[in-house]
Amino acid sequence: MNSIKETIVERALLLSTIVSGAVTLIIFGFMFFMALPLLREGNIFQILTGEWSPGGGSYGILPMIVSTLAISCLSVAISFPVSIGCSGFIGILGPRRLGRSLRRIVQVMTGIPTVIYGFVGIFLLVPIVRELGGGGSGMSVITAALMLSVLISPTMILFFNDSFERVPAPYLDATDGLGASAVQKLVYVIIPNAKKGIIIGLILAFGRAMGDTLVALMIAGNSAQVPGSIFDSTRTLTAHIALVIAADYESLEFKSIFACGMVLYLFASAIVIGIRYFAFRERGVE
Amino acid sequence: MKRTGIVLLIAVFCSALCWLPLSFAGPIDAFKGEKGIVKISGGTAHIPVMKEAARRIMTANPDIQITIAGGGSGVGIKQVGEGLVDIGNSGRKPTDDEIKRFNLKLFMWALDGVALIVHPKNKVASLSKAQARDIFSGKIDNWKTLGGEDRKINLYTRDEASGTREVFWEKALGKGTIAKGANVVVSNGAMKSAVSQDPYAIGYVSVGHIDKTVAPVAFEGVVPAIETVVSGKYAVSRGLYSNTKGEPSHLTKKFLDYLFTDEGQKIVAASGFIAVK
Repeated sequence: MNSIKETIVERALLLSTIVSGAVTLIIFGFMFFMALPLLREGNIFQILTGEWSPGGGSYGILPMIVSTLAISCLSVAISFPVSIGCSGFIGILGPRRLGRSLRRIVQVMTGIPTVIYGFVGIFLLVPIVRELGGGGSGMSVITAALMLSVLISPTMILFFNDSFERVPAPYLDATDGLGASAVQKLVYVIIPNAKKGIIIGLILAFGRAMGDTLVALMIAGNSAQVPGSIFDSTRTLTAHIALVIAADYESLEFKSIFACGMVLYLFASAIVIGIRYFAFRERGVE
Repeated sequence: MKRTGIVLLIAVFCSALCWLPLSFAGPIDAFKGEKGIVKISGGTAHIPVMKEAARRIMTANPDIQITIAGGGSGVGIKQVGEGLVDIGNSGRKPTDDEIKRFNLKLFMWALDGVALIVHPKNKVASLSKAQARDIFSGKIDNWKTLGGEDRKINLYTRDEASGTREVFWEKALGKGTIAKGANVVVSNGAMKSAVSQDPYAIGYVSVGHIDKTVAPVAFEGVVPAIETVVSGKYAVSRGLYSNTKGEPSHLTKKFLDYLFTDEGQKIVAASGFIAVK
């Protein structure tokens, strides 16, 4: 009786595992299948390295790939030092009570919908960048990167904070015993020991910056060109998909967004594999 | 004496009651006793009219539900063709291919112009067709050339699925190129807010969307306005279409009929478009 029940539960769990695993693969297969006409006509190399000009029969997504990488790298580069400082303050340097309430504020920040960041960006950030950025429209790589860095920093701060807290207490006691200052404790003991957590947090934040659609769609300007400077208007892969999805579905430009989907998918997979790689190494060390 | 007064009062009251429904009688009565959902999507220029018509119908008859989504003309045609919505709006005439492929039935209930707009502080108030072409292709890239400030011109255009873009590109730019560096916005509303925020911007919107926050630019010497579109002087004009897949269903037909009634056409005019009746 009991064993039958157990078997049923086991089977059910197995089935749901298979389904959720399969869905991921099916999505990839679907995108590949839909992108097939384009892959057949022009080779994949042309799509990955060409320029976007549907009028001229060129459906390359290189500008979008470059700008996606530029915006997400830049936003991580901006928010990483801020996040390290913030979590250091919350966990070690700041007064306990202030730290705790700051942490709560950061937790609230993770729940703010991205459309709000985009909206605030249009009215606050865009005019400032326009005046400082020498003649552009203010919708640019740097505008989107700044706003995205605000968007992803809560993820990093909370993640860093958690990994700071996992540093063994005896280490901290020993550091205190040696008469180290709080800053020394943070820089020489806690950060080196939390290194893996920090890296995983970074990768997660990078993924979040890359996957976000609305902020870039609203304030990066959306012009399909490889940005020449951080003040140029540009279009990310996600924004590109959102813009082109409205096109006639028989057209090649519509089919090309499946190639974008595949590129995004592969980037995302690479990030997950990266995380697992580091997580494994951590387990192996301990 | 007193009694006659009361009787008179009652009589007046009763007759007033009798007249009350009549005074409300109008095209909206056609929706009495109806029930159901009408789903609309597509052209963003249409939205103000659709919203107002839907509001009036749903207030008169809460059993009817009308949902309105944007997406652009391409989306409207695509979704109605796939049967996802009942009405797909487009700011351009669907192509022959689209009409044939989806068996579309077209209803053109308004005329509209597509106007160049700049920030209200911009001194440039008139452009020729050649100038417009050069600006959008990137040949002219400074306002100084046109008599404005010494600042770079910030171009704003619409996404590929936009009917407004289609009409503007064909009739104002003569199918000229639009520079790659142009910013892309996703609706008439977004275009207006982008240009109203950027003192060095130039973009284009449906004439119905122009208000104080942006300044229309005369094209070939003609100021874009309802009068000039009606008279045919302003060349960059188009019809606003609602499309259905085959014959519209009962309730959808009533909704479309409503747009062609006096009341419906008044909404069209109040939204800044040109009534067709």
